[in-house]
Amino acid sequence: MTDLLYAVEVMINGLMAGVLYALVALGFVLIFKASGIFNYAQGVLALFAALTLVGLQEGQVPFAHLINAALGTDLHHFGWQLPAVVAIVLTVGVMVLLAIAIERLILKHLVNQAPIILFMATIGLAYFLEGFGDIMWGADIKTLDVGLPQGGSAWLEQATAGWGSDEFYGFFIDRLDIVATLVAAVLVISLTLFSQFSKQGRALRAVADDHQAALSVGISLRFIWVLVWSIAGIVALVAGIMWGAKSGVQFSLSLIALKALPVLMLGGFTSIPGAIVGGLIIGVGEKLFEFTVGPMIGGATENWFAYVLALVFLVFRPQGLFGERIIERV
Amino acid sequence: MNRMVPPPPTPSHVTEDGRAIGPVLMELRNITLRFGGVVAIKDISFDIREGEIRAIIGPNGAGKSSMLNVISGFYRPTEGEVWFEGARRPPMRPYKVARQGIARTFQNIALFSGMSTLDNIMTGRITRMRSSLLSQALWWGPAEREESAHREAVEKIIDFLEIQHIRKTPVGRLPYGLQKRVELGRALAAEPRLLLLDEPMAGMNVEEKEDMSRFILDVNDEFGTTIVLIEHDMGVVMDLSDRVVVMDYGRKIGDGPPEEVRASKDVIDAYLGVAHD
Ligand SMILES: Nc1ncnc2c1ncn2[C@@H]1O[C@H](COP(=O)(O)OP(=O)(O)O)[C@@H](O)[C@H]1O
Ligand SMILES: [Mg+2]
Repeated sequence: MTDLLYAVEVMINGLMAGVLYALVALGFVLIFKASGIFNYAQGVLALFAALTLVGLQEGQVPFAHLINAALGTDLHHFGWQLPAVVAIVLTVGVMVLLAIAIERLILKHLVNQAPIILFMATIGLAYFLEGFGDIMWGADIKTLDVGLPQGGSAWLEQATAGWGSDEFYGFFIDRLDIVATLVAAVLVISLTLFSQFSKQGRALRAVADDHQAALSVGISLRFIWVLVWSIAGIVALVAGIMWGAKSGVQFSLSLIALKALPVLMLGGFTSIPGAIVGGLIIGVGEKLFEFTVGPMIGGATENWFAYVLALVFLVFRPQGLFGERIIERV
Repeated sequence: MNRMVPPPPTPSHVTEDGRAIGPVLMELRNITLRFGGVVAIKDISFDIREGEIRAIIGPNGAGKSSMLNVISGFYRPTEGEVWFEGARRPPMRPYKVARQGIARTFQNIALFSGMSTLDNIMTGRITRMRSSLLSQALWWGPAEREESAHREAVEKIIDFLEIQHIRKTPVGRLPYGLQKRVELGRALAAEPRLLLLDEPMAGMNVEEKEDMSRFILDVNDEFGTTIVLIEHDMGVVMDLSDRVVVMDYGRKIGDGPPEEVRASKDVIDAYLGVAHD
């Protein structure tokens, strides 16, 4: 009985982790749907967003190292601390500017190129952004604190302690995970409403479906690309905040993209519900696997389980859970 | 559709069947279009008058679709000028052309195949949607009124084209003939000043062709919409159009009322002498 309850706890924690995977996968799906680009830079986008947020909040001088080296000055901080909300709003602004720059400097010049070319462009973008983030904000590990609650939920733990038997100490669930879940839910709901009911959302769906037809009804592809990259940037910011708050802002944050890949294989590259369900399945799957099978084979299964699951899945349903049917044309 | 019909333009020309044809709406001057070595359009000039149905005919590969693409901004002419509403139009992207009130359909149908008939036609109204992002997000009164006005317009088009039964069907699943009809509906939804139709009846059976002909005539009659119609079928063109441009190998070989064009020797040679499907 107690074991079962612990399994439930593991599952709930898996769901919460899954929400974060889903969030990263969502960024991929948005861009892939609208422009057919697999955005390799999505993880770095999250890192860059988190770096920018911390930098703005702490009043760091951007490019301080560069300026100091060039002018012999000793700048590092402006000396103010911004409220978290202000810093988040400003970071959103930076992500929108970044989206505009990406469209102007990269996408615009690659219209009608093969998907592989665009994919390679995003690889370049990833390396550039990684270096740019370092130069702008410094390469040291930063703590991100926007006032999200941390640590286990004492209330939940106490309320559930003693369930089944006295040996059960109650569910341990990180409050940050709870917040992340709520934020992700709000984000997904607003994105869905936006896409279903707004003029821009309609235009976005149109572009995702057929470029020519979209042009013929008066939709500017370039505007839509700026829009989706902005949204992807904002989704990356949210993911960056959650992961950054958990484990600090550092290069490894960009590797969360690796977690999104199996999620995408599972959920399909073009489906928003797929990204969410895929994220949850992977989150729960890897935690449960580690909990049940892990001890028998020496643990550390979380590193590879997601990929194995995705590969097995690919064999049976190559288009993913919710992806569009792949129909071979003959 | 019982929408307000705009007052007929002062007729500067009346066709035999009594339809009023107004002043010049668009003029193409010495258009040439090359793709590398291929000359798709060779120094062609003609005009399109308000309220008329202007057909472009010619054998396969004559350059008809290319001409339509020039008008709609999908192709930029190598040489020549496009004049619209009395002003020279600078090189313009297709979405901007659409916003000027020029709607089109495609020879190879370009629909949003994942969307329903209703949503496809609704997309045609995007250029007419005004409400800001914020008011839409919050579902404020004006945004809601606007949305229902658009829905109403779309429903009228659906009634007009007699496609009520497929309102909610994803268009990817529809047969070819109905897809063509939905595509026309989407173009109509923009309430265009100039409607460009690229072979709207290709691949249809006789009954479908008759329906489509009737819709085209009704659009022209009831709303006074100016139409450029590319069509292969000589018979259809004779019935529908007020004036015809005939193209062959990128050149213009005839221009005038259908009877006149049909009688022209060049046209007969091109049409009967050249194999076409
Ligand atoms: N995008 C393009 N690239 C290269 N050649 C083209 C393109 N579009 C049309 N053409 C060429 O232009 C000529 C006219 O084609 P098109 O306008 O489609 O003729 P039609 O519609 O009268 O059948 C053809 O030789 C065709 O191959
Ligand atoms: Mg053609």
